[in-house]
Amino acid sequence: MADENAQPDPQDPESVVSPDAPPDVLTASQWKLMWWKFRKHKLAVWAGFLLLILYFVAAFCEFLAPYPLDYRDVDYAYAPPQPVRFISEDGLHLRPFVYAIEGERHPETRRKLYTELTDERLTIRFFVRGESYRFWGLFETDLHLFGVGEGGTVHLLGTDSLGRDLFSRILYGARISLTIGLVGVAMSFVLGLAIGAISGFYGGWIDNLIQRFIEIIQSFPSIPLWMALAAALPDTWSPLQIYFGITVVLSLIGWTGLARQVRGKILSLREEDFTTAAVLGGTGQWRIMWRHLLPSFMSHIIVSITLAVPTMILAETALSFLGLGLQPPVTSWGVLLTEAQNVQAVAAQPWLLTPVFFVIIAVLAFNFLGDGLRDAADPYSK
Amino acid sequence: MIKETTEPANGAPRPLLKVRNLKTHFPIVKGFLKRVVGHVKAVDGVSFDIHDGECLGLVGESGSGKTTVGRTILRAINPTAGNVEFRVDDGYVDVAKVEAEKLKDLRRRMQMIFQDPYSSLNPRMSVMDLIGEPLLAHGMRSRRERETRVRELLVQVGLKPQHLNRYPHAFSGGQRQRIGIARALALNPRLIVADEAVSALDVSVQAQVLNLLQDLQKQFGLTYLFIAHDLSVVRHICDRVAVMYLGRIVELAEVDRLFDSPKHPYTEALLSSIPVPDPKNKSQRKLLSGETADPSNPPPGCSFHPRCPYAEKKCRTEEPVLREVEPGHFVSCHLSEQLSLEGMRR
Repeated sequence: MADENAQPDPQDPESVVSPDAPPDVLTASQWKLMWWKFRKHKLAVWAGFLLLILYFVAAFCEFLAPYPLDYRDVDYAYAPPQPVRFISEDGLHLRPFVYAIEGERHPETRRKLYTELTDERLTIRFFVRGESYRFWGLFETDLHLFGVGEGGTVHLLGTDSLGRDLFSRILYGARISLTIGLVGVAMSFVLGLAIGAISGFYGGWIDNLIQRFIEIIQSFPSIPLWMALAAALPDTWSPLQIYFGITVVLSLIGWTGLARQVRGKILSLREEDFTTAAVLGGTGQWRIMWRHLLPSFMSHIIVSITLAVPTMILAETALSFLGLGLQPPVTSWGVLLTEAQNVQAVAAQPWLLTPVFFVIIAVLAFNFLGDGLRDAADPYSK
Repeated sequence: MIKETTEPANGAPRPLLKVRNLKTHFPIVKGFLKRVVGHVKAVDGVSFDIHDGECLGLVGESGSGKTTVGRTILRAINPTAGNVEFRVDDGYVDVAKVEAEKLKDLRRRMQMIFQDPYSSLNPRMSVMDLIGEPLLAHGMRSRRERETRVRELLVQVGLKPQHLNRYPHAFSGGQRQRIGIARALALNPRLIVADEAVSALDVSVQAQVLNLLQDLQKQFGLTYLFIAHDLSVVRHICDRVAVMYLGRIVELAEVDRLFDSPKHPYTEALLSSIPVPDPKNKSQRKLLSGETADPSNPPPGCSFHPRCPYAEKKCRTEEPVLREVEPGHFVSCHLSEQLSLEGMRR
């Protein structure tokens, strides 16, 4: 054999990797290369980290929240936020505290007005006993991450009309709002992948039929369609059934874009030389689908589903705000916002809008993460 | 390796591959209802033989249909009409008509090397998986067995066997092409269709890969259909050459005869386009005017006549057929006897 050919030619202008590249680059798989490229996108890494925290909070909200979901402090309806402080008139304190508040009805308007009692400091303590709750529905406990103990109140973001702690309710709402996006996207993903793959792989009249069907679905105005579908859910359903009903409604509309992408990718990848090479090598259709086509567009699909999650979150928020999505007692960020539906309430109790802030944070984090993933999705492009 | 006798008992030539009147047309569809409004006749009646152990060159400009011929022979594209008779054991199998299940077995005997070493290797698979895939598809289930074979193939194409776990991005263009060659060799084929196998490489690497192809041909008794547009490459590696124009073969002869005394005006023009490394030689190059005709609407008569400097009245109306003007020299031109055409300049 021609032994002089065995030398890798460093002069080769087509050489992609420099000869002194570390050996792990040479044997790195697609996912490794993607991870290396993703790590360079600092904003996306932080967004991903923030999302991990948000989902952690959603998972352990019973413990993290100072009050249970439906705990009512009847004497403290529409109480304003009690900010966490370190400095009082006496100077700096090592342990954070809030001032106690006291409500008094205005003699003429009958509205309750709250004043901070700056001489009554309520020290925030960690791992305190408070109201009892069932953790994940498994066991009864009354341990909370923080609280001020018997007699005091700690409403970091104020309370609503029934005296329920908004901060606790936002944490509980995160569980619904953040998972509805994931579950909805997972369903869209399955539908979009399957239908798009059938359309692209078989082509012909099947393809034609599916594409026309997608066009019909996409031409529907989305809000009225959601409303119609949501209204079609029977009102005898339990909150959990409604929750799944809403995710199905959202994903029934969300799959079309994904199906289009999958189809387009399959159509172009089928014409690639490496697919022809696999066919000529005798590789069966299934293996070509799983080993060649699917991995080639998987990264792009992950990007588009990441970018689809915020759309789902916003859709749920919008639907619930309109009163067509989830209904109390199920609590999502959209449901919390129904309290802020009239201008007077918002003017007098602006803290009722704080769930919006969490929606924005979650949506932005998903978008930044998707951005970073998109840059990393094709590690072979220069 | 599949053992086959080269010389049959009765003495008549029994080529490895007989292509007869092969046609590959692509429909042109228009509008919402996908109405067929015409056909691109990419390959329109091509016939030739390939004998055991030879290298047949297939040349022509872009759009002449040479790549389509290669892919149709392997049934990567289904032909519209014609036969592709491939010798298996003592009989012939028509690749153009065989059922899909039997194709897999045939493809063990005929493989392809692709033009683009970048798009022809899946970047997401390691060298082991790339070269081992045809082995797996043909029933070599044990990974250890496959690994041994892949290492052997890597050495045969001049790569290091320890690079087996690397991914394509770790290799240069020339090295990637060697991986492609190893994949084509994996199943011990008799016939290899090399589709512009070196044209994407730069010149120094081209020579290395060409030498490798020649070494492998000697070592394994391979037969090549070598598709190219670079005539000097063809002259270097091929035994016989077929020249294609607009989906048809216009001339077919042994390589030296074709280069020295072409019989078709198109071949003459092609040969005169080869650059000669001699500053004093500024002889008149036979430049062709005009573009290749539209293959969906070829001109009447000889399809080359609009660009032919020698065209006569007959050429515009009557279609020439490929005929043997000298032993082993086939030309499709009405005037080949009258013209004395210039071969390659030296």
